[in-house]
Amino acid sequence: MSLGLYVHRTSALHAAPAGAKMLGLLGATTALLLFSSPPVLVTALAATLGLYALARLGPRELAFVPHLCAWVLLPLFVLQGVLSGWDTATRAVLRLAVLVLLAMLVSLTTRASDQIEALQRALRPLARFGVSPARLGLLLSLTLRFIPLLATWVHEVREAQRVRGLEHHPIAVLIPLLVKTLRTADALAEAIDARCFDAEDPP
Amino acid sequence: MIQLHAVHHHFGDRPVLQGLELTLSERRIGVVGGNGSGKSTFARLLNGLLVPERGRVLVDGLDTRTDARAVRRQVGFVFQNPDHQIVLPTVEEDLAFGLKNLKLPPAEVSERVTTALRRYDLEPLRHHPAHLLSGGQKQLLALSGVLVMAPRYIVFDEPTTLLDLRNRRRFAQAIHDLPQTAIVVSHDLELLRDFERVLVFDEGRVVLDDVPATALDTYERSMA
Repeated sequence: MSLGLYVHRTSALHAAPAGAKMLGLLGATTALLLFSSPPVLVTALAATLGLYALARLGPRELAFVPHLCAWVLLPLFVLQGVLSGWDTATRAVLRLAVLVLLAMLVSLTTRASDQIEALQRALRPLARFGVSPARLGLLLSLTLRFIPLLATWVHEVREAQRVRGLEHHPIAVLIPLLVKTLRTADALAEAIDARCFDAEDPP
Repeated sequence: MIQLHAVHHHFGDRPVLQGLELTLSERRIGVVGGNGSGKSTFARLLNGLLVPERGRVLVDGLDTRTDARAVRRQVGFVFQNPDHQIVLPTVEEDLAFGLKNLKLPPAEVSERVTTALRRYDLEPLRHHPAHLLSGGQKQLLALSGVLVMAPRYIVFDEPTTLLDLRNRRRFAQAIHDLPQTAIVVSHDLELLRDFERVLVFDEGRVVLDDVPATALDTYERSMA
């Protein structure tokens, strides 16, 4: 399951509570580990694809599947087949395919903020041990925000260093990137304060 | 009304603000000054992001030192770089961030977010990843993220610096149309021409406090 992949559609799956979907994923994972006969796995795969249709997600949202097959499932199938036999390989690949598709389905139909709120609720019992669910939730949110931002900065810094002939010098790229990241972290902390976030008193 | 009484602040050994004594009651107040003159520090004092080493800042009678949370509900802050202000990955989620911090009921969060999206034609971008917006859209999202919280005052720290001419004009109009009191720190002197009052900062002091025609012309001459 990944955060920040949400694709907006009007469907029952989109409307379902994030916590229920995440629990459903956990349940499905456990069930697939317990019951892994090929007919069960094929049925699970068909049901999962049915859920994609129910969520009104199409080929565009399934564009990751060929990459998944080429880079993960096929090599795994060959490796397992050679090492443990083709029956085990078929089960392993089918199980992994269903689990990845289900995890992606949860990500595609659930807003990052809803997933984070569900996680925060699940982590609330840990508050008595000094864990702050609000802080952890915010940490996840900021991580999501920072990933595309970092990618842009890497590009900018590399461009700037290319002009100076230092494009392939890792230190020349890393140091400005680190400085920029720390400065932005300070600025973001101010912005979060300005928008009334309080880790001790979570929403 | 925002009042500053004998406000002093240092960064290390360097004095950044020296004995500020101000009452801010006009609806549109501009703040200008050279780099390092103390204007951004001044802006951060107004909503309690920074507490003065000496002196007091009062927002409608609330002291930023002792009532910081209540002050932040009254005073919104728009930063120079919207990338430093957008916290959550999509437009809708980011707009809801401040409202959830205020613990508003979900129905009201949803209603306020929708109103904010319509205000600046951001509705088609509701589920859009925030990092893929244009610079102008990001700055409008940052402003919307503050406006949804319905503050009485909004402080802007050089809000148009990163915008092109079209977006600068659009943002200037957005500030112009705000019902709130706006305190705008800017190097964009045209933005402040129709304001009611302009403060000119130099070396941590307000060296001129006048209507824009006088204050901006004097400031421009001093920078020539």
